[in-house]
Amino acid sequence: MPATLLLLAACKPPPEGRHPMAGADAAAGRAVVERVGCGSCHAFPDIAWPRGAVGPDLSRFASQTMIAGRVPNRPDLLAAFVRNAPAVVPGSAMPAMPIDEAEARDVAAYLYTLGAE
Amino acid sequence: MTVAVEGLSGWPPPVLDPAGPYAGSVTALTWVLIGMAVAVLLIVLAALYIALFGKGELRRRLGGEKVIWILGIAFPTVVLTGLLVWGLTLTRHLSAPAAEGTALKMRVSGEMWWWRVDYLDEAGSTLMADANELHIPVGRTVEIELVSPDVVHSFWVPQLSGKLDMVPGRRNLIRIQADRPGTYAGQCAEYCGGPHALMGFMVIAHEPAEWARWLARRRAPPAAPTDAQAQRGGQLFLAAGCGACHRIAGTPANGLAGPDLTYVGARRTLGAGILPNHRGTMMGWIGDSQAIKPGNRMPPYRVLSAEQLEAIAVYLEGRR
Repeated sequence: MPATLLLLAACKPPPEGRHPMAGADAAAGRAVVERVGCGSCHAFPDIAWPRGAVGPDLSRFASQTMIAGRVPNRPDLLAAFVRNAPAVVPGSAMPAMPIDEAEARDVAAYLYTLGAE
Repeated sequence: MTVAVEGLSGWPPPVLDPAGPYAGSVTALTWVLIGMAVAVLLIVLAALYIALFGKGELRRRLGGEKVIWILGIAFPTVVLTGLLVWGLTLTRHLSAPAAEGTALKMRVSGEMWWWRVDYLDEAGSTLMADANELHIPVGRTVEIELVSPDVVHSFWVPQLSGKLDMVPGRRNLIRIQADRPGTYAGQCAEYCGGPHALMGFMVIAHEPAEWARWLARRRAPPAAPTDAQAQRGGQLFLAAGCGACHRIAGTPANGLAGPDLTYVGARRTLGAGILPNHRGTMMGWIGDSQAIKPGNRMPPYRVLSAEQLEAIAVYLEGRR
């Protein structure tokens, strides 16, 4: 019984520990998102324009359990996904993006600020 | 490794940082007018202060007829006349034709809400059609015919010249010149309805030799795609009817209502100077450009699958 409780509790760690992105900079990630034009397909809560409609609205991305409805929303997978989505989720409509690995980690850190509980 | 997305470098355009002789004189005039306006404001404020709080004798003299004659009539007449003559002299070269055969000729047509670009030969016939981007050599005057088929637009690349309206039924001439290589952003400067604020433009200035090589490469349209995905994208482009509005030289796509896409893969931006140009933004634009630039004349293509959308984007990426 105590072990089950522990397991249940572990499902929902506090926000600050939930998506650790060591050394990544969410503000820099937001700048990358603006520069690359992620808004062509996605809406972000704190980016006024563009608010694309081809892909999902990412306003509550941090509280989402899955990435693209296919893989767990984990920092390492997210950083890999934003840079080269088809490699993580084959068949994803999201193409690879012109960003490097450090930028991808920054973008992931930024996405974890969106709608964090 | 940093992967450059240079698309929107130069945006927003600095308005007081001239990069050539035409913008230079406009900027000089701007600074002098601002300086004069500040000087006059200070004189008026000083007079107001004296009128409200000055000693009796000073106030009487300020209200006297002599001051009205000097500061109220003579000063403005002399200063404004001087400024007018100086300003007209300074900016005379903006409307003076360049010496015969020295200027490059181009035509830019302001359309709702993008720019149709034609590179012209000496006789005024089109050498090459493009859109939303202009490539020029540094150090050479470029004479641009400004026209519009629909409403009034205004051509403005602040670092290269002043702004000039594009008026339906008229042909206005603007001259631009860049003295250093770089990317210079422009913007429609006359409200033209709907997404007017999203009607941007790019001028890319190259060293003359590099520009000549660039132009030579553009004498022939890009080669037909060889990889399977791009070939499929090319077929889908035609099957989806894109060719009704867009032209791609060397293919059956010959529409003229929208931007020429023969070299779309080489453009810095998408949607007329508003988005960097890469596969992701291209898919977002084709899938639903109305969410990005509401009111623009391209419908959203919600019928395409992810795989089809990407194939078309890959095909267009190769049009360079």
